Amino acid sequence: MTSPTSTAALGQRSGVVERVSKPGGEGEWLEVSMGPQHPSTHGVFRMDVVLDGERVVRLKPVFGYLHRNHEKIAEGTTYLGSMPYTDRLDYFCSMTNNWAYALAVEKLAGLHVPERAEYLRVILAELTRLQNHASLCGFLLQDMGAMGTPLMYAFREREKILDLFEAISGARMMCNFMRFGGCRCDAPPGWLDAARRVVDGFPAFLDEFEALLSENEIIMARTQGVGVLPRELAINAGVTGPMLRASGVNYDIRKVDRYGIYDRFEFKIPLGEHGDTYDRYMIRILEMRESVKILQQALRDIPPGPVMDPKAKLRGLRPKPGEAYARIEAPKGELGFYLISDGGPNPYRYRVRPPSFINLTVLEDMCRGHTVADVVVILGSVDIVLGEVDR
Amino acid sequence: MDTLEQIVARARAAVPGAQVTILPNESPSGQHSLLVDAAHALALARWLRDDPDLRLDYCSNVTGVDWPEVERVEKVRVKKVVDGAETEVEETRKVRSGGYLEAVYHLYSMHKRHGPVVLRMRTENRADRVQLPSLTPVWRSAEFQEREIYDLFGIVFEGHPDLRRILMWDEFKDHPMRKDYVEPDDYEWEPTPHDAVLAKARKHFTPTTSSGA
Repeated sequence: MTSPTSTAALGQRSGVVERVSKPGGEGEWLEVSMGPQHPSTHGVFRMDVVLDGERVVRLKPVFGYLHRNHEKIAEGTTYLGSMPYTDRLDYFCSMTNNWAYALAVEKLAGLHVPERAEYLRVILAELTRLQNHASLCGFLLQDMGAMGTPLMYAFREREKILDLFEAISGARMMCNFMRFGGCRCDAPPGWLDAARRVVDGFPAFLDEFEALLSENEIIMARTQGVGVLPRELAINAGVTGPMLRASGVNYDIRKVDRYGIYDRFEFKIPLGEHGDTYDRYMIRILEMRESVKILQQALRDIPPGPVMDPKAKLRGLRPKPGEAYARIEAPKGELGFYLISDGGPNPYRYRVRPPSFINLTVLEDMCRGHTVADVVVILGSVDIVLGEVDR
Repeated sequence: MDTLEQIVARARAAVPGAQVTILPNESPSGQHSLLVDAAHALALARWLRDDPDLRLDYCSNVTGVDWPEVERVEKVRVKKVVDGAETEVEETRKVRSGGYLEAVYHLYSMHKRHGPVVLRMRTENRADRVQLPSLTPVWRSAEFQEREIYDLFGIVFEGHPDLRRILMWDEFKDHPMRKDYVEPDDYEWEPTPHDAVLAKARKHFTPTTSSGA
């Protein structure tokens, strides 16, 4: 079915497999729809891929299958009422979502957070980073064909962290734990010791994982030099998080903004050299090692005291008219919340800056010229969660 | 980083004719913003990115805000001469504001590690003059986010390389993030065959007039 359709129309239709004659040459291009049910797309995400043989010529991501207009819902809800909904954005990292939103409201209303709550926030955010990065590495290897084993090793560790979340917040994934001006409750007795045990055991998992996989020949062949993201493009396209640092840009919001109490801890920012998929994998392993360091310091120094500002008002919070943008270094990149208040009980405008949505901007640039099998691996290294991409 | 006033003064010198004003923000966050006119926005954005002292190379957040026209009643104290004596009288007057869509850009510098500088642009109205220049040629990170604004708010970004709906489906009409958006009673509703649909259906299912054949 060779049709003279102009190539500009490619990627505009949905759900079709179509052949188009190659411009100015022999042969045909094939347009394939990868997803939304493809197992490698990590949710309902679709890519319209135009192929020349097995090579990618063009790739258009298609979103919106999980869109529920979170922002509009939040405009009709009180400030506190949106807190549990933020869990559902990046459902792997509800603790960091809570923190970013709490930080934005605290900026908007000028609230302060007690010392112990700040420590709890850092501990929970770094635990979130550990379990997110561990599962990402597992999923990435699963995408490469290492069925089961790496993912199950990662999930074994994740399970321990989720148990901690359950003990402190009552929920494993939808934690809904942070509040404006602190945290919902203090850690139960013995929780900090349990957290210490999990953190102290984590480097052994990393050593085991690395011994099995980091220098594996197949992994190196499949990832090195694949999906290279140049430094300048990464900055211009607003790529953040481990992806940006894998391209060699030293920009970590924990160091730049020093929100919370991150200026009290000693940790390093690992940087990549090549910006390829292997670097993105390695950065996550190294970041987990740094997170363990932060956790050990925080668990050592955490002071006793209240976890909520007694003056903070949760129900019926009405910030003065104005606006605030607050951002944190979530495991996937810069997670920002932009709030406009008109003095009412609901935000006038509520905006989420989702890191994995904006990190997808460069997907086409990274995939062009690579094979279909590589697209799966490159997408896996971006680390997307559709709850956040589509909102 | 320079203060906002210094940035405005230098911006006016660097981009002649640009109208840049500071919009104060009274919340404790203290993030004031710069309002720029649509005609000079692209040149100004380039200057903000390339100026050696600012180097705002990273456009973090791009979003839209809908400001429908609202009428507020304000009470103002006015001095008036009543019966030869000057007295203060309270008068009410109506103030109209809004009636435009706004695009907001949060800019940071990865190189100099400062920010944010908040940039705003406003459309002329909310109905037919909703064009703004796209800043995607300056910052690629605006590409998907401007598409999202076009989809949910209905601002048309001129010069955007690929302006299509992104979250809603292509056939969707309206812009759901507008304040006056009314959602349909039932998204799942499908018309039973009538009018054009019925005519089309009849074409396919014409009962054969002559039997046999």
